[in-house]
Amino acid sequence: MIVDPHSYTYRFADEGCSDARLVGGKGKGLGEMTAAGYPVPPGFAVSARAYRRFLDQDNLRRDIAQQLDGLDPEDYPAIEQASERIDTLMATSRLPADVADKIREEYAALGELVGADDVSVAVRSSGTAEDSSADSFAGEFETWVDIQGIDDVLAHVHRCYTSVYAPRVLRYALERGIDLSRIEMAVVIQKTVRARTAGVMFTLDPISGDRSRVVLEASWGLGLSVVGGEVTPDRFTVGKVGLSVQSRVLGDKRVEYRRGDASVEVPEDRRDRLCLEDAEVVAIAELGKRLEKRHGAPQDIEFAVDEELPAGENLLLLQCRPETVWSGVERAPAFDPKEKMMSWITSSITVPTKVQSGGGHRHE
Amino acid sequence: MTENERRFPFFHEVPAPEGAENWKSMYPYYLVPGAERREEEDSGFWFADTMHWSRGVHPFDSIGAEAVYLGAGQNSTRIFVLPTSLGLDVRVMNGYVYIRPIAVTDPEEIGRRAELFQERAGYYYANWDELYAKWKTKVTDAVERMRTIAFPPLGELDPIEVVTEARGVSTSWDIIANYHRLIDDFFVIWQHHFEFLNLGYGGYIVFFQFCKQAFPQISDQEIARMVAGVDVLAFRPDEELRRLAALAVELDLVGEVSAARDAGETFAVLEGTDTGRRWLAEYETSKNPWFDYFAEYGFTNDQETWISDPNIPMQGISRYAQRIANGEDVSRPIERLRSERDELVSEYRDLLSPAEQAQFDELLGLSRTVFPFIEEHNIYVEHWAHSVFWEKAKELGDFLVAAGFTDARDDVFYMNRFELDEVLADVVQSWAIGVPARGKQRWAALIEERKSMVAALLAQGAPPAYGVPPVEVTDPFAVMNYGVTTERVKDWLGSAESDGSALSGIPGGPGVYEGPVRVLKTEKDVATIQPGEVLVAAITAPSWAAAFSVAAAVVTDIGGMMSHASIVCREYGIPAVVGTGFATARLKTGQRVRVDGETGVVTILEEAS
Repeated sequence: MIVDPHSYTYRFADEGCSDARLVGGKGKGLGEMTAAGYPVPPGFAVSARAYRRFLDQDNLRRDIAQQLDGLDPEDYPAIEQASERIDTLMATSRLPADVADKIREEYAALGELVGADDVSVAVRSSGTAEDSSADSFAGEFETWVDIQGIDDVLAHVHRCYTSVYAPRVLRYALERGIDLSRIEMAVVIQKTVRARTAGVMFTLDPISGDRSRVVLEASWGLGLSVVGGEVTPDRFTVGKVGLSVQSRVLGDKRVEYRRGDASVEVPEDRRDRLCLEDAEVVAIAELGKRLEKRHGAPQDIEFAVDEELPAGENLLLLQCRPETVWSGVERAPAFDPKEKMMSWITSSITVPTKVQSGGGHRHE
Repeated sequence: MTENERRFPFFHEVPAPEGAENWKSMYPYYLVPGAERREEEDSGFWFADTMHWSRGVHPFDSIGAEAVYLGAGQNSTRIFVLPTSLGLDVRVMNGYVYIRPIAVTDPEEIGRRAELFQERAGYYYANWDELYAKWKTKVTDAVERMRTIAFPPLGELDPIEVVTEARGVSTSWDIIANYHRLIDDFFVIWQHHFEFLNLGYGGYIVFFQFCKQAFPQISDQEIARMVAGVDVLAFRPDEELRRLAALAVELDLVGEVSAARDAGETFAVLEGTDTGRRWLAEYETSKNPWFDYFAEYGFTNDQETWISDPNIPMQGISRYAQRIANGEDVSRPIERLRSERDELVSEYRDLLSPAEQAQFDELLGLSRTVFPFIEEHNIYVEHWAHSVFWEKAKELGDFLVAAGFTDARDDVFYMNRFELDEVLADVVQSWAIGVPARGKQRWAALIEERKSMVAALLAQGAPPAYGVPPVEVTDPFAVMNYGVTTERVKDWLGSAESDGSALSGIPGGPGVYEGPVRVLKTEKDVATIQPGEVLVAAITAPSWAAAFSVAAAVVTDIGGMMSHASIVCREYGIPAVVGTGFATARLKTGQRVRVDGETGVVTILEEAS
């Protein structure tokens, strides 16, 4: 199938949804996973082109540029002010009618697909750029969960657009000398998961960088509490080779998001109970391992366990993107390749040998 | 008190058990703690070598402590010049063997030794396969030389050939010469034991460290599994048991081989039928050399081999035969083991960058070159050489009885090797002169005294360590082979304060198991283990194979990742925790425990009812 590069929307299953320039990193991750048959809640992406179309109206680009001109990265009040003015500018400009129509159409189709009118969705920013400048904004842009009805959906797409110039983002961009006009905001719209448990998985150990481990952090309810740092999640380490759970560290899970709008307290009896069974941990890790293999690099993956779907079909992946911290680290072999084996042996038996023992870390 | 200031008792602070006050007189002076060496002995960290001597040693048996640590020292200190480790100093304390690693700490000296090591060890690594083949010949030859030694009783006269061949030397002199040959070859074989051992560990450690750097959280077990051999000599005796069990099933002899009676009776019954005789013929084929095999490692005179006590292999055969008869497949899944190992290797390899992969391949290759020695040398030394050695030592016991010097064969083990040399001199010289041996009464009294001393020493167990532990245990061989790690030492120190409901050790074989304990004090107890029980022993040798096929988990007092118990447990897929220090002292038969082979913790769940 030939991809139409000018479309305002791409469904996850569309080929165009595997192109980060069209749908942003998040959209691309979901598109690829869907195409490869991974369990992803259905949805679609509003393309970067739709955002450009939005900016093309009312001299928005020029007016925004004017606000940014000569802004001092250390003058926080000035930044706040500029951000506020841009927000007003962008909020005043409506979503172009053709873009809104396309979103309306796709939202209705999504409702039809899952058999619900006004299907509850997550609206998530998925920034992109011609260069890698969008990558460093992962986590800076906004996500909303449990948005219902086309009017609210459109309003939140609009909010995604204005969030590009949120004070926090603007300050961050100025400090790093990144030109925000290069960022294009695609938006992902995805059926909300009814998460019993959700969290984040790295297909390496984010602390040691060990590529033979998969680490999951999870808490009750939607993943917002984990991503937002509102709880100490349970932490699971899984051996990538052999897929066995190697450690479970109980977190402190005080709050959970049953819905996206507000958190509730977790009842006492569930706070100090692990939120994932071993079998679930292994099944999720296995998905992570497959995704890493597919992408040829460690991945950072959001997942959820749906409480409405039957066991076996209840593991869902919400996002997959390349892990950025360790992937950029140059990995040298343990021994100097210019030296001979004998000198490797000599240095090995000369430095103290560290052998793990189980005694230390089990009384935590 | 800080961790650093905590220590174990000094040798001189611990009294002898009652009735054994004079114990030091039984051993060579340099093997026992001495007042004139107190300062040096107190400054060291001594840990119990229960890996080799799970029990206290008779005076004669202390020769093993000499031979092992002569060989270790020569090869580490003088021949291959290990950069940071000299030998292991050794003492017998209250009858038990203790060792302390001697480290080189001066950086300049380490550098000088490192250069020498590269040259010397480099030669061995470069020619490993060829030299290892020669090693097998050298050791086999030494064993065969020992086998030809005899100590026939002295008759009234020398035979006529001494005259007709104009030998000029009496046959009685053979006793003296043969005794010296026996001792010499024993020492030679132990030097050969260490000719390759530390180099073997060195080759493995370099791969180990590569893996730890590439995968900081990889378990020691996974590394070991990547290197482990599949067709290894060490498993051969157990395979022979399975072969004989399968044959018993085929010949419809399961009832005969499984009957609850002495193995001797079983053999007599089998002699009575055609199929029985056929089976016995196969048993004979397996026996030599595969049942020349100690239930432990043959470091003490009182151990049985599968040949000297056929009840041991027969129990294994009986168990296997019944399982085969019940339709179970008891064969070692060689293909599966091999493919699991290959998969483990390829999965880890896939996670590496190309530059790392090249190094991984090279080091895995080195490890696999050296590993056969690590896995196989016990068969040659601890089993074959030791079985001949003790057989000959017992023949010396018979010689002394025949000479009227002692009352029983085992009396000889109450003399240390120098005293025995004196006694043989006395016996031979007195015979030559034509007078009764002069020391008969003196030794009758000494043996009487020593019997009760040795019994008192054996009745008391060995504490895991003496002296001042280092802040960090860095000796790679202490860590790898004996499982003496910094954490382990802390556990030992802290054990007095703990509530005793958990023991920490080294995770030796993966898996978690809960079940009832069976404490095995000697190999004779092996027969008592029941399916589903947790085998608890000071050390477990691969020759306990029949027990491994029954035990559901294994816990030992001593041992590391590379000790034999760990290698075998991984092979058999049984959870194991090794090097706990106190398992045989703390755990009681019948208790319910959880053995966590992932974390290395043994937890007592329920007391014995």
